[in-house]
Amino acid sequence: MDKFDDATQKELQTFLEQEQAHSRVQTAVHKLTGICWDKCITGTPSTSFGRGEAACMANCVERFLDTSLFMVRKVAEQRQAQQ
Amino acid sequence: MADFLKSSTSSGASQAERKQQIMQSVRSEIALSNAQELITTTNDKCFAKCILKPSTSLSSSEETCLTRCLDRYMEAFNIVSRTYVSRLSKERLEAQANGTSTLS
Repeated sequence: MDKFDDATQKELQTFLEQEQAHSRVQTAVHKLTGICWDKCITGTPSTSFGRGEAACMANCVERFLDTSLFMVRKVAEQRQAQQ
Repeated sequence: MADFLKSSTSSGASQAERKQQIMQSVRSEIALSNAQELITTTNDKCFAKCILKPSTSLSSSEETCLTRCLDRYMEAFNIVSRTYVSRLSKERLEAQANGTSTLS
């Protein structure tokens, strides 16, 4: 089988990088859905989300990311204080 | 799995065709693993919510609960996806504005 020419190789590389980035986002969404489901959906599942459940899911994602940024900042501050 | 690594793909195929084949295999592999992930987690989460006392068979109320749970989980997944993606683009814009990276 012939090797791909340079342009095609480059195109495939870009394609794979995009798919990988997209995949990382998907993995994070899977993880966050699990975490926030446990936090927000407390009752027995019904035909639609109960009051506040949908809002809780969205807030949960935002606050999880805030927490992540907060922790990074705190650890950096503590490292600086030690030096 | 990984059909595109086999050289058995018709040797006569043009580069463009082989390129398309590779892209298609990658896309379907990813779609498959996404579906598997979703099935595994909904199974775990909905079993925990709906099957409180396992008996000799699934009762009709348990099946109703499982159906609803699956629908709600998909809905939750979509909410999370929308929220996460819009947050990512917001962070990216901010990072561009002040030249620092916040979320990866």
